[in-house]
Amino acid sequence: MKVVLQNVTKIFPGRGRGASDTVAASNLDFEIPDGELIALLGPSGCGKSTTLNLISGLQKPTSGRILFGEDDVTDLPPENRGVGLVFQNYALYPHLSVTDNITFPLGNLRGKDRMSKAEMKQKAYEIAKLVQIDGLMDRKPGELSGGQQQRVAIARALVKMPKILLLDEPLSNLDARLRLQTREEIKRIQRETGITTVFVTHDQDEAMSISDRIIVMKEGVVQQIGKPQEVYDSPANLFVANFLGTPPINVFSASVKGEKLYIGEDCVLDVKNVPDGEVWAAVRPEGFVLDENGPMKCALDRVEVMGRDISVVSENENSVNPVVRSIISAENRVDISSKTVRFRLKPFKTLLFDKKTEDRVFFGDDK
Amino acid sequence: MENKSAKGWLYLIPAILFLGAFMVYPLVDVFVYSFEEGYNSASQTFFGTGLYNYSYILHDPYFLQAVKNTFILVIVTVPLSTLIALGISYGLSSIKALRELFQTVYFLPYVTNTLAVGLVFMILFQKTPYTDGLVNLILGFFGVSPIDFIDGPYWAKMFVLCFYTVWVVLPFKILILTSALASVSDDYYNAAKVDGTRPFRIFRKITLPMISPMIFYLVITGFIGAFKAYSDAVALFGVNLNAAEMNTIVGYVYDMLYGDSGGYPSYASAAAIVLFAIVLTITCINLLISKKHVHY
Amino acid sequence: MNRDIIKKERNAKAANAVRKTLTYIILAIWAVVVLFPFYWMVLTSVKNYASYNSEYIPKFFTLSPTLENYASAFTAVPLGRYFLNTVIFTVLTTGLMLIVTIPAAFAFSRLQFKGRDAVFTLFLSLMMIPYELVVITNYTTITDLGLRNTFTGLILPSVTSVFYIYLLKENFAQIPDELYYAAKVDGTRDLKYLFRVMIPICRPTIITITVLKVIECWNSYVWPRLVTDDKNYFLVSNGIQEIRENGFGRENIPAMMAAVVVISAPLIVLFLVFRKKIMEGVARGGTKG
Repeated sequence: MKVVLQNVTKIFPGRGRGASDTVAASNLDFEIPDGELIALLGPSGCGKSTTLNLISGLQKPTSGRILFGEDDVTDLPPENRGVGLVFQNYALYPHLSVTDNITFPLGNLRGKDRMSKAEMKQKAYEIAKLVQIDGLMDRKPGELSGGQQQRVAIARALVKMPKILLLDEPLSNLDARLRLQTREEIKRIQRETGITTVFVTHDQDEAMSISDRIIVMKEGVVQQIGKPQEVYDSPANLFVANFLGTPPINVFSASVKGEKLYIGEDCVLDVKNVPDGEVWAAVRPEGFVLDENGPMKCALDRVEVMGRDISVVSENENSVNPVVRSIISAENRVDISSKTVRFRLKPFKTLLFDKKTEDRVFFGDDK
Repeated sequence: MENKSAKGWLYLIPAILFLGAFMVYPLVDVFVYSFEEGYNSASQTFFGTGLYNYSYILHDPYFLQAVKNTFILVIVTVPLSTLIALGISYGLSSIKALRELFQTVYFLPYVTNTLAVGLVFMILFQKTPYTDGLVNLILGFFGVSPIDFIDGPYWAKMFVLCFYTVWVVLPFKILILTSALASVSDDYYNAAKVDGTRPFRIFRKITLPMISPMIFYLVITGFIGAFKAYSDAVALFGVNLNAAEMNTIVGYVYDMLYGDSGGYPSYASAAAIVLFAIVLTITCINLLISKKHVHY
Repeated sequence: MNRDIIKKERNAKAANAVRKTLTYIILAIWAVVVLFPFYWMVLTSVKNYASYNSEYIPKFFTLSPTLENYASAFTAVPLGRYFLNTVIFTVLTTGLMLIVTIPAAFAFSRLQFKGRDAVFTLFLSLMMIPYELVVITNYTTITDLGLRNTFTGLILPSVTSVFYIYLLKENFAQIPDELYYAAKVDGTRDLKYLFRVMIPICRPTIITITVLKVIECWNSYVWPRLVTDDKNYFLVSNGIQEIRENGFGRENIPAMMAAVVVISAPLIVLFLVFRKKIMEGVARGGTKG
């Protein structure tokens, strides 16, 4: 089922005298297509959890409408929305066994939906099999590992066959190895059930690797919505460019003169159709090419070997970041004793942003 | 190393002295007393050892009356106060406005002098030639003829004693249960809400099991406390509790020790040990039951 | 959405409002039950003796409040004496308690010495001993030492509280070891470390146990009753009992209530000042004890 947010705003009134209101979500207006896995991505405090709570119904928007499919659910309480919610710390009932935890939502059903004990157990078993915890049905949450608890929480959210599955920072309580494993798991479960799924994360890696679409947020405002590769290759503004990618994008204070881009004195790139003036130039680490005759000169700091690739760390006085980090194939040789290093820039890995608004400035035949 | 050890003990000396003199030694001594027959506190002599002291108190009608009173008090007030505290704490946890004010008010009886406020209860319930008292006035509205709760029939006196006891013990229980309820994470309630769980089911299936350790803690300490009831009764009915038929086991111990009927530390010791045995047994039973029913 | 759900939703909202109102009503009723005795005692204490006795049906207010009952509470019975005794008793007992408790808690939490854990276990097991068991021997001990009707006799057996030692030890133990080692490296002596570092850090707990002990002392009744029969050494609890039995004559209830107000006021003021600390302390004590 698709989810539509129309001009949704959530304001938390300030507590106490003189406290100002907090705008947790401002004018959210987007559509989540049916059957997709969506990541809500942003730094902490950006309003992504609030957005999730607005979709689940735990919080009511200050203004705007929320639609599931064609139905307006804005005023419906969570229980009537048909959503499944997985909490960051799982919120498994510690005194109930895995089976009882999973069947708990089914016990709330009434009237014609009411199920017998045996039916509930059967249903729980099916779901448990889907998330691969069917061997642990009689344990208590305290006897499970973090990853297993996570699966139980997902099973509990799925057992009612929700129209939409919501996950709040589903991986943040797991260690690094489990995190990789579990995110594949979430992708698999989502694909097998085909349920529209929204998950909140602050980890861009996580968002990039499994989601069909990413919604990047900052201070309650949506910055960009798009497929992971799109958002990476063509960020809408400097914030998004900075937030996505490891190592982070290299940002320089630069200027444009006569359709040419200057970083300091170096004329580094042709930029057609850009008016003269100051800009931010941002270059992905893989956008640098080692070239003895390259136009961009940096002071060589050190070279880090990363196996298949090497990372050349250098300094440039116009760089906003403390160092300029480039990633190049290990086949290249760098003379470590040399004091300087020269680069050529790949045009499609170089992005320009307006100095004031920080919005993207397109150049050449882009757009 | 030797020096360090000495220093450690040095810091402990005051505590050990006080505890040794006023806890450990008396603890041993009370058992000795309880087996010494015919002990005379003036001459400090006795003429035999045995179980006579125990046999004496177990045949003493005052002691039996005290045991009966104490048991009634325990059986009525412990479940009642726990249930009321549970209801009030649950109510408190479900509101926001005025919550702190209510909490403060409910805690007041904890810091008041039991004897002093007992006097207020006495005048509220007492029927004298001058006035029927406030409680009787209110009962009168419902067509009940005046009852003397302080010097009247047994059940009326027992009612006041139970009422006052509940009034006195509730602050502690409300405080403990309120903080237990507050410690249940909101996530559980949100999870239940998303699943459309009705309030009663949330209470029975989530809240109650999660705070069950605290409830059992309160029941156990409640039993222990109620078995030791004494000053509440004194406050309401005066020091001559035997005459008022309102004595408790602890009251019996003190009466044997001191006052008009006092001077019998051996009987007092025997009674105290019987009380200790009862409390210990009940606590063990409670612990066994709680093991079965309390979660994690 | 379909109409059913909207209707259900409206019903749920109405039910919610009813539940909320009911909750407030019940809470308010209990608040009245708790507060009413306090109101009644203050009210009665300012009623004129004659008019109180002429009220066959008690009045819920008075239009001519008087302080004469307070005057007679202090003159007809030695209430001032009782009050002073209780203050002396409370201050000395609480002070001694701190002098005993703090070093013991320090030794248990910070110093390493042979037999420490064994002694601590022994201390903990003492927490389970009911007061009634030891009071009998204490009574004979104090009597045999000829300490009846003395402050020494009143205070000494009331000093120790294993529970407070336990509470403070737990708090001391939370201070990271590194602080202690850092102080040791700097050449700080143990006693200085205790006073300059541990006590300031654990001040909240020390205030809590002090206040709890003060409440305990102020309300203590059984022990003072056993070892004092001279009115000059009565504490307020015994004083009030004495007043009740044969103070103003049983009929002068307004004067009696004035005495009750005087006795209750200090603790209520103390409570209102340290409200948060006291409630926290009791809750913590309750959950750990």
